Amino acid sequence: MTATATGLLLEATDVSKTYGAVVALKAASLAVRPGEVHALMGANGAGKSTLLKILTGAVHPDSGRIAVRGRERTVHSPAEARRGGLVSVYQEPSLIPDLDIRANLRLTDTPLEPFRHWLTQLGIENLDLSRMARRLPLATLRIVDLARALAIEPDVLMLDEMTAALPANLTQRVLEVVGSHRGGGRSIIFISHRLIEIASVCDRATVLREGETVGVVDVTPGSEERIIELMLGQIAGEMPAVAGRTAAHRATMTTPRLSVRGLAAGAKLQDASFELHPGEVLGVVALEGQGQDELFDILAGAQRPSSGELLVDGAAASFRHPADAIRAGLVYVAADRAEALLMQRSVRENIALPFTTRVRRWGLIDLRAEREMVDAAVSRLQIDARAGNEVRRLSGGNQQKVTIARWVAGGVRTMLCFDPTRGIDIRTKQQIYLLLRDLAEAGAAVLLYTSELKEVQLVCDRAIVIFGGRVVEEISGTDADEATLLRAAYHLRSDAAMPEAVAAEAVAAEAVAAEAVAAEAAALRAPDATPVPAAEAARPEPAEQETAS
Amino acid sequence: MTAVTTPAGASPANPARTIVSWAQRSSWTIGLLGLLAILLVFTKVIQPSYGVAGIQGLGISILPLGFAAVAQAVAVIAGGIDLSIGSMMALTSVIAATLMDGQSAEYGLAVVVGVLILGLVLGAINGSLVVATRVPDIVVTLAMSFVWAGFALLVRAAPGGAASPWLMNLVIGPFGNPWVPKAAIVLLVVVAVIWIPIARSRMGLSLYAVGSNQLAAFRSGVPIGRTKVVSYALTGLFAAVAGLALTASTSIGTPVPGPYTLESVAAVVLGGVSLAGGRGGVFGPIVAVMVLQIIQNDMTFLSFDPNYALVAQGAILIGVLILGSVVESRRARR
Repeated sequence: MTATATGLLLEATDVSKTYGAVVALKAASLAVRPGEVHALMGANGAGKSTLLKILTGAVHPDSGRIAVRGRERTVHSPAEARRGGLVSVYQEPSLIPDLDIRANLRLTDTPLEPFRHWLTQLGIENLDLSRMARRLPLATLRIVDLARALAIEPDVLMLDEMTAALPANLTQRVLEVVGSHRGGGRSIIFISHRLIEIASVCDRATVLREGETVGVVDVTPGSEERIIELMLGQIAGEMPAVAGRTAAHRATMTTPRLSVRGLAAGAKLQDASFELHPGEVLGVVALEGQGQDELFDILAGAQRPSSGELLVDGAAASFRHPADAIRAGLVYVAADRAEALLMQRSVRENIALPFTTRVRRWGLIDLRAEREMVDAAVSRLQIDARAGNEVRRLSGGNQQKVTIARWVAGGVRTMLCFDPTRGIDIRTKQQIYLLLRDLAEAGAAVLLYTSELKEVQLVCDRAIVIFGGRVVEEISGTDADEATLLRAAYHLRSDAAMPEAVAAEAVAAEAVAAEAVAAEAAALRAPDATPVPAAEAARPEPAEQETAS
Repeated sequence: MTAVTTPAGASPANPARTIVSWAQRSSWTIGLLGLLAILLVFTKVIQPSYGVAGIQGLGISILPLGFAAVAQAVAVIAGGIDLSIGSMMALTSVIAATLMDGQSAEYGLAVVVGVLILGLVLGAINGSLVVATRVPDIVVTLAMSFVWAGFALLVRAAPGGAASPWLMNLVIGPFGNPWVPKAAIVLLVVVAVIWIPIARSRMGLSLYAVGSNQLAAFRSGVPIGRTKVVSYALTGLFAAVAGLALTASTSIGTPVPGPYTLESVAAVVLGGVSLAGGRGGVFGPIVAVMVLQIIQNDMTFLSFDPNYALVAQGAILIGVLILGSVVESRRARR
């Protein structure tokens, strides 16, 4: 890093940001040269998105300097960043759903001709601009978003997981367009979970770990290993291991509590198969958006699979509503506590809530029995319930304990934990680990998706890795160190660099989705045709489940 | 996180703590009761003759709106809103007055039971439409308010009919002590008999859960659609009680909806029920109705221009709500 400040297009130095007690960024630095495609890498929660939001003015840093073309800048809003030549395309399309495309373009003063040009470059021709944004499939929206950003010719374009929702043919076009920026006067910051893409279009990569820039790597063949090493850092030993595991081979003797065979849903979950046994904690490891959300939603009864089989204790099961899953003993602990708690209600009500499905509905609640159950759960989880009249006054860790206590109070058979320790303090984390182990020792089955890879070795008997909507690997708990897991999560074999085989496999996984998009493209060419149902179905709409009942 | 050593707070129910916790939860209603007491004192000061007659008048005048406010509170607690309450009151009121006219007491009792069931059905229809169409509650119930009002005019184009004498005797006059209006007793007893068992059942928790966080309720296995239908059916039931109260206190049936729908929303908001759902109870809105009624009486006594009185009532409503949100945000910051 000998480049002088004036030679850089964008430079961020020692940027930090904390939310309450959570440190999102500690000391992040990023230097982008003119005409380069610069990858921003890091595991989940390393701070990539926060840094991006700070660069575009959506979030204000606590400290640090940002300079564009050598001049220091304070960016107050995305609109201001845009005028200064910094434009970001986020993971979620930023088009107004109830306006047509033309109106959306006017809203951002996007010139029409360059927009058309880029749209054609990106592989979508003859898009009818009078179509409502909500009528277009997600993949098309993302391309429109990108073309709109390209049309105003920003100095620095930031792409956050641009290719995540795209089928193979459009991905290819995006990579070509991104690659064509190399060597010009403009730069692109590129975030992707797919190392193949990084290798094919990026010049350099900045690696973040726990909110800190830990290295800048020239992307060359074989540099993937170096990137993974940087993302891992030293294996931290600050977390004491949880008590020994005994369930490992006891598990194989029994009927599985849960058998999942070829489960598929939406565009992301393709074909997941695995078994979960009583007495074990099974880890699920995946990068963001590999279909794990859909998998857990299906198991919890909040979403229905498009195909595949689900067996509970050897008998076929199909859930129409979470109440069905709860009756079958499958209970769900969410990462997002706002998704699980009645924030203005008391601890008692929050813990008692799911009992509605078990006991008769109209009879008076036996207050004494209920209080005993709630108190037992509260003390088992060591919840500090002094502010118990309203759950929102509890700390994050205590809130998460309430969401777990709700199920522990009634006795647990199968617990589905979706990143249960996200954003909570280390002490609570440990209590949760111990609790999960206790539950497994007592014969419960626990499925634990975690974005913190360290947890797998601490808590899990074995782990499965999901990539591209499939279970691609199974790793035993003792072997599940962070490096192994991260390589597996990136679908990168530990003994090989990036062979073409992996790339081919990833493309194959996308081929199915590509067909759907071909149909959409046909629909676009005939703009007056009625909306294609397949196109509608291809768009993930979690909101649907909320209202469905 | 130093407090992990003192878990659970009060395992064997500590009475002092229970009272404190109850008072915290009901702080809004307690505050309103304080406001009511101040207003009564104020009324006595400006109007030294205010006494038994005034209290009795207050009791009878709050009865229909009191029930309407409770009806609205149930819908709002479950995360909805019902703009057809006034129309349902008109419909049930004219049906009751028309059927009871000149009939025996026994027949009148059957009419009361029938009208209550009708209220449940009207409400269940409202709720089913909200759930089935997924059209916002406010739109569905506004549309249904025209439907119910139309039916009311079909039953009887002009005010008329009569209430059974026993029904009128039930609400008019003092209960034992001349200071205690029968109407107030009826209001509290009816609401308590219907609401308290529901609030203490699983269904009550489901109502609050759906209003508080629909996704969390869904994930916890609460049937969202069924719970919403039940909430609207209960709203319909209380609206029917309000309609009967209207007939009982005026002795006739009136087919044109009164101002009850929007006044019930005002009372619910003033009564500490969050329009966002999931917070509050039914007794706060009842006290709020009393507060609003006394303010109106006092303004009439001070011979305010009625139009200014309306302006003042709206201003007081806004003022109290601002005060409430200031207190709330102070507490949240702590």
